[in-house]
Amino acid sequence: MSGIDPELIDDCVHCGFCLPACPTYLLWGEEMDSPRGRINLMEQHVGGVPITPEMAGHFDACLGCMACVPVCPSGVRYDLLIEQTRAEVERSYRRPPWERALRTLVFHLFPYPRRLRLLRGPLRLYQHPGLRRRIRPLLPAPVAAMSELVPPIRPRIRLPRVVRARGERRAVVGMLTGCVQDAFFAEVNSATARVLAMEGCDVIIPGAQGCCGALSEHSGRAEEAARFSDRLGEVFTRAGVDAVVVNAAGCGSSLKEGSPLRERAAPLAFHDLTEFLMELGPRAERHPLPLSVAYHDACHLAHAQGITAQPRTLLRQIPGLTLREIPSGQTCCGSAGTYNLFQPDAARELGDLKAANVRSTGVDLLVSGNPGCSLQIASALSRAGVRLPVAHTAQVLDASLRGLSRKALRA
Amino acid sequence: MADRLGELARRFTGLLGSDSVITDPVRLRTYECDGLTVHRTTPGLVVLPTTAEQIAAVVTECVRTRTPYVARGSGTGLSGGALPRGDGVLIVTTRMRRVLEIDVVGRRAVVEPGVTNLAITQAALPHGYYYAPDPSSQQVCSIGGNLAENSGGAHCLKYGFTVNHVLAAEIVTPDGEIVTLDALDPGYDLLGAFVGSEGTLGIATKTTVRLTRLPEKVKTLLAAFESTEAGGRAVSAVIGAGIVPAAIEMMDALAIEAAEASVRCEYPPGAGAVLIVELDGPEEEVAAEYAQVVDLCSEAFEIRIAADDVERAAIWKGRKSAFAAVGRISPAYIVQDGVVPRTALPEVLARIDALSAEYGCRVANVFHAGDGNLHPLVLFDDADPRAGARAEELSGAILDLCVRHGGSITGEHGVGVDKSRYMPRMFSEDDLDAMHRLRCAFDPWNLCNPGKIFPTPRLCGEVPGVRRGVHPLVASGEAELW
Ligand SMILES: Cc1cc2nc3c(=O)[nH]c(=O)nc-3n(C[C@H](O)[C@H](O)[C@H](O)COP(=O)(O)OP(=O)(O)OC[C@H]3O[C@@H](n4cnc5c(N)ncnc54)[C@H](O)[C@@H]3O)c2cc1C
Ligand code: SF4
Ligand code: SF4
Repeated sequence: MSGIDPELIDDCVHCGFCLPACPTYLLWGEEMDSPRGRINLMEQHVGGVPITPEMAGHFDACLGCMACVPVCPSGVRYDLLIEQTRAEVERSYRRPPWERALRTLVFHLFPYPRRLRLLRGPLRLYQHPGLRRRIRPLLPAPVAAMSELVPPIRPRIRLPRVVRARGERRAVVGMLTGCVQDAFFAEVNSATARVLAMEGCDVIIPGAQGCCGALSEHSGRAEEAARFSDRLGEVFTRAGVDAVVVNAAGCGSSLKEGSPLRERAAPLAFHDLTEFLMELGPRAERHPLPLSVAYHDACHLAHAQGITAQPRTLLRQIPGLTLREIPSGQTCCGSAGTYNLFQPDAARELGDLKAANVRSTGVDLLVSGNPGCSLQIASALSRAGVRLPVAHTAQVLDASLRGLSRKALRA
Repeated sequence: MADRLGELARRFTGLLGSDSVITDPVRLRTYECDGLTVHRTTPGLVVLPTTAEQIAAVVTECVRTRTPYVARGSGTGLSGGALPRGDGVLIVTTRMRRVLEIDVVGRRAVVEPGVTNLAITQAALPHGYYYAPDPSSQQVCSIGGNLAENSGGAHCLKYGFTVNHVLAAEIVTPDGEIVTLDALDPGYDLLGAFVGSEGTLGIATKTTVRLTRLPEKVKTLLAAFESTEAGGRAVSAVIGAGIVPAAIEMMDALAIEAAEASVRCEYPPGAGAVLIVELDGPEEEVAAEYAQVVDLCSEAFEIRIAADDVERAAIWKGRKSAFAAVGRISPAYIVQDGVVPRTALPEVLARIDALSAEYGCRVANVFHAGDGNLHPLVLFDDADPRAGARAEELSGAILDLCVRHGGSITGEHGVGVDKSRYMPRMFSEDDLDAMHRLRCAFDPWNLCNPGKIFPTPRLCGEVPGVRRGVHPLVASGEAELW
């Protein structure tokens, strides 16, 4: 028995409307790397064809960007299909040894903030230009790709367990610190906490949150994902909050989806930061930031959570800030969770396309709501020799609320 | 056969490179069908060429080895035109998607065959132009497929079909030659013959299309009626008054239900039918016609006008997604495509209703009302094996109805494999023979998309060296051989 629901497959009428939205179809122009083609492959498997290396390759090549979901007139739940398919691949397909080794490495590293933090030391060493030149050629390609993405390591920031609201309190919220965000973008987390506090929220930041499970879930490791999210649920429930703000798109979309496996995270309401702030309404004063910025739609915000208007509105509310649109903005930047680790070539091509489109806007600053996208696009921009700072929406808001100058955003 | 395909695969790999030749059975099967999924055949081989020369080389090899081949664009065809051959080669154009030239002064664009219909418009829009034919599948269907099917769309009532917008086509002929057919060529209109030939007269490798200036003013209105009859009367009244709207489209209650389920288009509740009327042209003309149209839609219980582009897009969204949206209200369905004279619309619609009741199948109607091009969608549950057969019969009966009323078995989706069996209902043996002779003049070996259009397999008897004995026309003195 396959774990893929044939009824979900049946919903596809083969109209092809999803093809132009799909980044891998854009890259390679072949059916097996389009949503319609992948659904055909799933159908073949459900019909009894075992998962072949070719088949697994086309599923692995799917970014899980979900661009194909909102454009489908028949309402095909490709998000569910690919999740079930990935789990099925993990269950019934034996990957070649080197692939297995790499996956083991990634899944024993990324979802564990503490292990990730341990890496900061060696990485800081690696970022020394002389050493890097000598070591890089010795690394296997995927590890080299991984190492390229790492942002400059900056001192760690320890967040307090509670950040009190400024002025009259309007809400009490929990805040998810995330794995990658916590290890490499700690300043995004502190900006998030400050913005929430300045907007009148008590922010509860329990320690030992661990991973939310998104990384595992999007790679077909459903039980591992459930373990992580259960633990997260417990931590926040014990901290006494019922709403949690998330500032990483991938974590947010995964936590919102819910699943029968993850009971303990279920009673909590998860909100993306921008969504939460829009619902709360602006209260704190916005100081001017004379900047032109482009906002990058993270797939897991735009396609998976339908959040495109809120971050734009929040940015536009900042006096002096002009917002520009990125051409072909709906196409994935190639980051997609672990994608840039497992599919470095495709990720690189998509990153280059995105960098070229971002560059064409001529802005001073790129804003993104997801750490993975920020890493990916920043590294593509620097490959292209473009000096363009990348900031999280929270950091831009933080700068405006605190009346900092544009320099605070390195712009 | 396997040997022959194996040899071809090796040759093609030499010609195109290994990542442009697909031989893995699992991959091949993803190309088993186009938008009409009832017909499926896994191709013997798939090639993904990037140049006309590569296509010519592939075709030449196919001819040499007498291997059938089929062209495929985006695979959205609804008549099985791109259905592959298990013993043949599928030539896919999806990697040929460059817009080669936008010539604003000459008002034309030159594009590769895999470029999507909408991509041409997007490339031309910054210059104030667009590509007029607009099939509902425009964001995905390829211009090569459009040429092959002579595709149309909502705006073809005023602006004409693909054939009216193609100025020239570079094609690879069925003997592997690269030639250009130009509308301005003296002599026979070979370009005219090629457009609409459903991939049987060669493969388009480059197309020059006409660009149309964006109208000064566009006005879109949505009129809701109690019934399709009332809507049909309004259509006849508008056209009868000498107005040629850019588009005049109708959807019935069931089609509206599907569109609501899919894209929440929020059409007026309780409508038995809605009409979408779009007027475009110079400002004053549009204003005058608009007043007239509102008058003529006197039976409508609600009329909405799009205030801006966003509202216009919202009105169109329901219509453009209607086919695929039916997937939301029915497990399976057949998209039918037939034409009737506009004046026969009310009667034909009433008959379709009666047939629907008789066969116990729901039928949703979406159509280009202005030119009488019907798209009845026959809904059925594919879990019930008899339901499919019943739906198929009903769908055929609707075509009979169209032919009986002096219409046609296809308006824009083509004959393909799906409707070849209906051809004799519309054409006599002599008609079919004449068409077949044209085909043989291009493709004497019958290798270029064989098994499509014609009801029974035919051979090209007139090929020199194959025919034995004297041709009957020669014998009777009506023709001579030279
Ligand atoms: C939801 C939906 C809505 C649709 N709406 C419309 C509509 O409003 N109007 C309309 O007219 N059609 C419509 N269609 C049908 C379809 O989109 C058109 O027939 C379209 O032109 C097919 O283009 P394609 O690239 O998908 O061609 P394919 O399906 O790949 O091929 C179609 C035919 O063209 C041939 N072909 C493809 N490329 C070439 C080439 N380069 N040279 C020669 N022959 C070639 C193939 O052999 C085949 O016979 C719709 C389809 C869907 C699924
Ligand atoms: S748009 Fe939806 S129904 Fe159409 S091919 Fe893609 S997944 Fe299938
Ligand atoms: S999720 Fe993204 S990459 Fe995967 S099939 Fe859909 S559009 Fe393509």
